[in-house]
Amino acid sequence: MNLTGSAQFNIQVGNEVTLNVQPILHEIRHSLERLLEQGQNSTIDLRSIPLAPGEEESILNTLGVGEVHARLDALGPSEIHETRYAGIWLVTHFNENNTIVSRFIEVTEFPDILKSQPGDMSDALTSLADDLETEITESHAETDT
Amino acid sequence: MTKDLSSKKGTLGEALRKQGVSRRSFMKFCATTASMMALPPAMIPVIANALEQARRPSVIWLSFQECTGCTESLTRAHTSTVESLIFDTISLDYHHTLQAAAGHGAEAAREAAMAENHGEYLLVVDGSIPLDNPGYSTIAGISNLDMLIESAKGAAAIIAVGTCSTYGGIPHADPNPTGAVSVGDIIKDKPIVNVPGCPPIPVVITGVLAHFLTFGTLPELDHIGRPMAFYGQSIHDRCYRRPFYDKGLFAETFDDEGAKKGWCLFKLGCKGPTTYNACATTKWNDGTSFPIEAGHPCLGCSEPDFWDGGGFYRALSLPTENISKTAVYTAAGAAAAGLALGALNRAKKSAANKAHIKITIDDLER
Repeated sequence: MNLTGSAQFNIQVGNEVTLNVQPILHEIRHSLERLLEQGQNSTIDLRSIPLAPGEEESILNTLGVGEVHARLDALGPSEIHETRYAGIWLVTHFNENNTIVSRFIEVTEFPDILKSQPGDMSDALTSLADDLETEITESHAETDT
Repeated sequence: MTKDLSSKKGTLGEALRKQGVSRRSFMKFCATTASMMALPPAMIPVIANALEQARRPSVIWLSFQECTGCTESLTRAHTSTVESLIFDTISLDYHHTLQAAAGHGAEAAREAAMAENHGEYLLVVDGSIPLDNPGYSTIAGISNLDMLIESAKGAAAIIAVGTCSTYGGIPHADPNPTGAVSVGDIIKDKPIVNVPGCPPIPVVITGVLAHFLTFGTLPELDHIGRPMAFYGQSIHDRCYRRPFYDKGLFAETFDDEGAKKGWCLFKLGCKGPTTYNACATTKWNDGTSFPIEAGHPCLGCSEPDFWDGGGFYRALSLPTENISKTAVYTAAGAAAAGLALGALNRAKKSAANKAHIKITIDDLER
């Protein structure tokens, strides 16, 4: 995880100065209730909420790290963790310079970004068929020679 | 900047597939774009569908009286993937800092893009326009005023980037030696989006482009033409130091105990309460921080006339006691108020130099 400005330059700040940490954690709790009772997924954009240096880390520390960890390589890396609370996921997207470009808390059974996408599967089918066709053609060519 | 994406009429979805961008990568791009445009995450599928079908717009970028800081800001954007995707998506047909062509070839490219995309292209402008003498700023012998009027005629919309093009900026500051004005002072018959800042936050520039690509319309604007998504709330309201303001805890100097504890910078001249921008949440320098987080007051650079606001280190609440002195200068026909203040400050500095006295910001503000 990248260091924040305050961690890099040792700027002293008070604890939880925006007072937004507890409300966000309660919002996550309400979202988990909604998922269990109504099957409704929720996403919280951590970059849309004012947080003081150290507050985002405070939220992440509270949520902790659970059993599942996945890494994507799609337009730069992405890290997907299930937190120690089942159904609550931390999704962090990085750019190709390994800088965080967006960070979300997803309350869901399984983040959509991890699923194989229909468009990609369709392209994959075409690609696999082409590769097999090429392989068969090449194999026949070798047999003929 | 723009890759070979064959037809300019193709969709963004087609362009991305040609570049080998997977659907999963595209979903990631849309999630980041939604965050960038300050849209709720529930909008991500809507953005994905709209962007897939979006047509590549032609963009003509004109730079007038400016320092190139706005272009620097954009090209050093930390979300390089998103920026590059958006710029690969548009057809940037003219930008005299970035384009390879020069001279007649460059102007021919602008004229061709205007003719080919009449009524459909986006015109982006950075820099103010001098009205006192057309010779103050010209491109290929064409005055900024003539080039703006000519290029605006066939534009679908205009995006004014940076405080110079939106409100005149530093060239417009007293005594405004070139007669600098904003795009909106000249063009009255086209929709104009103002994206002020000195420079603007790069993702705000691309956020407006992404909004246009996504929805085919311009974003909702405030009373001075700024996108509400980015300029809808004051720096003060989104500042993590706001609770200190509410408790009356202020830094009094840049190195006192309050400054070290990260207390509110209001008394050191912070313009956060009267400045509307996204710095407090979007941040700068790879998302590291923003000026207040680095311990410096907000200068209010996204507001009209920020340079003539009475002093960067002067608290908003203080009466401008220099007014009486300024009135004397103005009454004597010396100059406008800003020039008078400058003269007063220069006199103090000069006296201090002669006497080898250390002069402080407080001395200048008195």
